[in-house]
Amino acid sequence: MNYFIIGFYALLIGGSSLAAFYQKRTAFLLLFSVTLVSFVMGIVGGESALWAVTILAGIIAFSAGVSYSFREFLAIILPKESAKIMRTAPLTAAFGLFIIFTYAITGIFAPIIAPYGESEIISQAFEPANDEMLLGADQLGRDMFSRIVYGARNTVGLALIATFLAFFIGAIGGLLAASKGGKFDQVMSRIVDVVMSIPSLIFALLLLSIFGTNVVTLIIVMAIIYAPRVFRLARSVAGNIVVMDYIEAARLRGEGTWYIIRKEVLPNATAPLIAEFGLEFCFVFLLVAGLSFLGLGIQPPTADWGSMVRENATLISFGEITPLIPAGAIALLTVAVNFVVDWMLYRSSGLKE
Amino acid sequence: MGDILNIVIKRLGLGLLTLLVISVIIFGAVELLPGDIAEAVLGQGATKENVAAMREQLGLDRSAPVRYFEWLGGAVTGDFGNSLVSQKPVSEAIGERFSNTLFLAVYAAFIAVPIAIFLGILVALYRNTVFDRVANILTLTSISAPEFFLAYVLILFFSVKWGMFPAIAKIDADMTLLDKLERTFLPALTMVLVVVAHMMRMTRASIINLLASPYVEMARLKGVPAWKVIVKHTLPNAWAPIINVVALNLAYLITGVVLVEVVFVYPGIGQMLVDSVTKRDFPVVQACCLIFAATFILLNLAADIGAILTNPRLRHPK
Repeated sequence: MNYFIIGFYALLIGGSSLAAFYQKRTAFLLLFSVTLVSFVMGIVGGESALWAVTILAGIIAFSAGVSYSFREFLAIILPKESAKIMRTAPLTAAFGLFIIFTYAITGIFAPIIAPYGESEIISQAFEPANDEMLLGADQLGRDMFSRIVYGARNTVGLALIATFLAFFIGAIGGLLAASKGGKFDQVMSRIVDVVMSIPSLIFALLLLSIFGTNVVTLIIVMAIIYAPRVFRLARSVAGNIVVMDYIEAARLRGEGTWYIIRKEVLPNATAPLIAEFGLEFCFVFLLVAGLSFLGLGIQPPTADWGSMVRENATLISFGEITPLIPAGAIALLTVAVNFVVDWMLYRSSGLKE
Repeated sequence: MGDILNIVIKRLGLGLLTLLVISVIIFGAVELLPGDIAEAVLGQGATKENVAAMREQLGLDRSAPVRYFEWLGGAVTGDFGNSLVSQKPVSEAIGERFSNTLFLAVYAAFIAVPIAIFLGILVALYRNTVFDRVANILTLTSISAPEFFLAYVLILFFSVKWGMFPAIAKIDADMTLLDKLERTFLPALTMVLVVVAHMMRMTRASIINLLASPYVEMARLKGVPAWKVIVKHTLPNAWAPIINVVALNLAYLITGVVLVEVVFVYPGIGQMLVDSVTKRDFPVVQACCLIFAATFILLNLAADIGAILTNPRLRHPK
């Protein structure tokens, strides 16, 4: 027993007792389960496991603090209506927004932030971190940190463009199918059924093996694979709207399909479509990262998170965590987007029970 | 019973039709190559004689529909032609690898399904408490992380730092089952993490949806304890969506296995697919794609049929 362990348990048990005394049910449950978990972990893993718990708790507390301040900040600078919505947002959503904001800044100002160019060779291969290189060098001696910063621009940018394209095709197709109905709807829906019954990664591999891998084909392939998902959602959302009386009224007024879609259907379908955009972005982003990881996505020397993981994977067997950083960057962004989407879905319809 | 049989046969027919269309797409995609296979494989430096010889060997002088039906006929009987790289029959290489992939998927499913359903019911029972929120955050994280991230994190801790399991899942036919299970533990665990998260969320959602129905309200009002409401009143009606969830996730397992296999150098069909895509070995790519698509469709079909069997209301579509 040393002071750290005694202090650790004293803090947890004291905290849970206080929470119990003041009838804070949630806080008590949380603190006490952490106590129990660390009890088990302490027996199995010794003091280092307890340090891990402490560090983890610190990280969570820190991100909760950051999300809280970011939420307050947004609530103050936003106009009145959105500020009201922002105040009721859960912390996870605020955290997601903060991360997305950070990534956007990193991607846009990549050349200013990164100390070196993305394909600039500046040292030996796998040089460890030093004063000049924050995270060390990669397998060719390029600065890891600069490449991660540029990756925010390349990987996320490509996924964003592909998502926009998929969304554009899918949403227009779906809205048209719902408002026109009839044969057009039938044909489109059957095509979509077939495309969706091929697993996306497999389909991507098939198409890329044929058309080769460059950025343009990659974007088009992503759009082909993910447009059907958007189509289905847009069609089902719009399907509920086109049976409304005001659409009937617009039709009787003699408005064209295009006008009905733009002025009557779209404004009522925005909320689910925006949430779907977020989800879609996650899928596309993960697929691009996976393909790059397999060496079939964005090609070197362009800095890209997926291929960086693969190129530096050998470092893992020496207990280095550098290859995990680009992978973690991918994970963090998808988690963040998912947090925001989760909140939006809850707001737009949600499981109310 | 005749009713059910009818519906099942109809669904099977529909699945078969989808598969047929997909086989056309898979075959047709290769036909879209600029030039043809011979030119694409041999590259620009090839002499005319070489290209002509390869064309003859592949029978490219005949029309596309004829070759399609030959290819399809071969595929049905398990003959996918010869690999362009090794010149050996594709089916020889695929057979063992496919069983390896299935082994890994089944292994992961055996661990994942019970855990996921149990935890899903648990968080539905304790919805909107701290546990539910923590579980929500954890599962979202696990879904969002790319598979290779989870895989490398597991390798870092379980094999490099603690030395408990091997980082490379090389298996061969004469290993004992126990050996195989140990070797493939980490790849299986990676998939378990992803799939459990998915299944848990879906199970929770489908149970919570049912909890809003009037008969649950009734049960509650007459004073039935919370767990009994779930086990007796909700679960029987939730089986259909849960079976659906399980089948969908198994389908995911079969295809999501590609990345995991590459990380762990596991001799499965996914790795073979990736290799042959890089080498542009089209017969192998086509065969792998067809197998993956067929498995995917089959499991989706199973989900459909399972849902119909457990929910009598679906037997009479309006």
